Amino acid sequence: MKFAFLIWSNLRRKKLRTALTFLSIAVAFVLFGFLSAIRHALTGGVSLEGADRLVVRHKVSIIQLLPVSYQQRMLQIPGVAAAAHLTWFGGTYQDPKNLFMQAPVVPEEFLDMYPEILLPAEAKKAWLATRTGAIVGRKSAERYGWKIGDRVPIQTSIWAKSDGSYTWEFDIVGIFDGKNQNTDTTPLYFRYDYFDESRQEMVRGLVGWYSIRVKDPAQAAGVARRVDQEFQNSPAETKTEPEGAFVQGFVNQIGNITLITAAILAAVFFTILIVTGNTMAQAVRERTGELGVLKAVGFASSQVLLLVLAESCLLAVLGGLSGLGLARLLTAGGDPTGGMLPLFHFPTRDLLAGVGLSVGLGVVTGIFPALQAMRLRVADALRRM
Amino acid sequence: MMNETANAALVKVDGVEKVFHRGSEEIHVLRDLHLTVAAGEFLALMGPSGSGKSTLLNLIGGLDRPTRGTVSVGGERVDQLPDRKLAAWRARHIGFVFQFYNLLPVLTAERNVELPLLLTHLSRAERKQHVATALAIVGLSHRAKHYPRQLSGGEQQRVGIARAIVTDPTLLLCDEPTGDLDRKSGDEIMELLQALRQAHGKTIIMVTHDPHASARASRIAYLDKGQLSDTPVK
Repeated sequence: MKFAFLIWSNLRRKKLRTALTFLSIAVAFVLFGFLSAIRHALTGGVSLEGADRLVVRHKVSIIQLLPVSYQQRMLQIPGVAAAAHLTWFGGTYQDPKNLFMQAPVVPEEFLDMYPEILLPAEAKKAWLATRTGAIVGRKSAERYGWKIGDRVPIQTSIWAKSDGSYTWEFDIVGIFDGKNQNTDTTPLYFRYDYFDESRQEMVRGLVGWYSIRVKDPAQAAGVARRVDQEFQNSPAETKTEPEGAFVQGFVNQIGNITLITAAILAAVFFTILIVTGNTMAQAVRERTGELGVLKAVGFASSQVLLLVLAESCLLAVLGGLSGLGLARLLTAGGDPTGGMLPLFHFPTRDLLAGVGLSVGLGVVTGIFPALQAMRLRVADALRRM
Repeated sequence: MMNETANAALVKVDGVEKVFHRGSEEIHVLRDLHLTVAAGEFLALMGPSGSGKSTLLNLIGGLDRPTRGTVSVGGERVDQLPDRKLAAWRARHIGFVFQFYNLLPVLTAERNVELPLLLTHLSRAERKQHVATALAIVGLSHRAKHYPRQLSGGEQQRVGIARAIVTDPTLLLCDEPTGDLDRKSGDEIMELLQALRQAHGKTIIMVTHDPHASARASRIAYLDKGQLSDTPVK
């Protein structure tokens, strides 16, 4: 600690240069935070959802529908504990930009399948009693100003009602919260019986996909195989996969998000590495003579190495912490797209990784100038004072 | 431990040679050089540029190693100390005063003086006390909070001297301490060095071109073409 003033004074030597380097590092870490939040928003569901759940979809594509009658057959398959179906409704509220997930479900089955959805008991009771009832996640309820008792019209371009209209009205009977931060609280779920009876006859009895819960997660692969065998050679063959892979399938429509963010971050940090490395190299070159003085008065070469390394680490960590803090603040407001990225937040795990990255940046950018300073011959250095 | 017996040999340089290499060329800066400096002595080393004065000072101060020969200070074979021990030895026993003061511009006078004390086990309060004493000895207590750029050349050199004496070393090595100063400031610095020798018992070896400065020393040695003599080079 007694050397702290020396390290700090050296950083303040060229204030503008230090400030610019500090800002470059901070901006890089803001970007790191944002990309982490985006990556988490797009892939968070992949790794974090229930390990005991499988998704059964049409073998050809997610947009192909499956018969509702499959549910009973699935429940007969050994290893299957429960099954619930969902269907993509594809609706918007008032403006086409207000796109968020809606799905018709069978309430008891659905709530049993997704315990991470926290719905008050009286709301559940009301939902079961109201055919046009719907529950909505807190984020969307707050965003659109909905409250219990409201009747909300949702426009869909996929599902026409039997009277030919595409506007569906639902009564909000409950607002649900998520068990944790990774639970999406933007969707609206409504009753399948109302949906099925109100849509056009030719598509009745069809659903989008099934979620099934396996009795033993270790046997999930075998269960998936048995489900697909059950429907082999039928008009609607199935593909059963872990829930994570199913979500990943959605995400992959955009691209390999992890690879894209890693590539962007690699480019940014490579640039920052060069900028900071150059700053440190220049800082050491400029004070070769002073380093010689330190050695002349008795500083050991290893102490000089540590001083330079501490300086680069301090700069990188200060810049990194500022950037990470700013990123945390900027992402604290949640989804900036108004519904497209419901899980948008900068996870603490990534924040800690960022802190580690800033220390690493300091070490990598400082090590070569520090070694150079360590190897300085005092007599040569003093001549350059 | 340093042998601090008055008039005993504090510095002994025996048969020292120093060869520098420039490409394939060998430059013999010092040749079979012998020098003894008694404790409490004030030796002025004079000679033309390139005669090896600063090189000799660097060898005595452990900043460089001889190609051949031995250098002992206070009975310690400086030329044989490993690098890490050499640094610690310098911190304890040697005070350097440079021609261009070599103060760190980002530190105040008192922080510059404190630098060698950072290598000791002294507490913050003890370090402050030592710094205050050193600055008082050189007459700069009132300039403690000033940065080098706010000080005159003579004042900066006095800060440099305070830094050199703050650890109470036995030997002061001064490389042209008045070389960058006007006559008046130079005289003040020489008076200060004389006082350090007389009042505080410091042994001083000073490299200088200035006959005025060397006149203050108790002995003058002349260096030419890498060898010492007691008479000026013609």
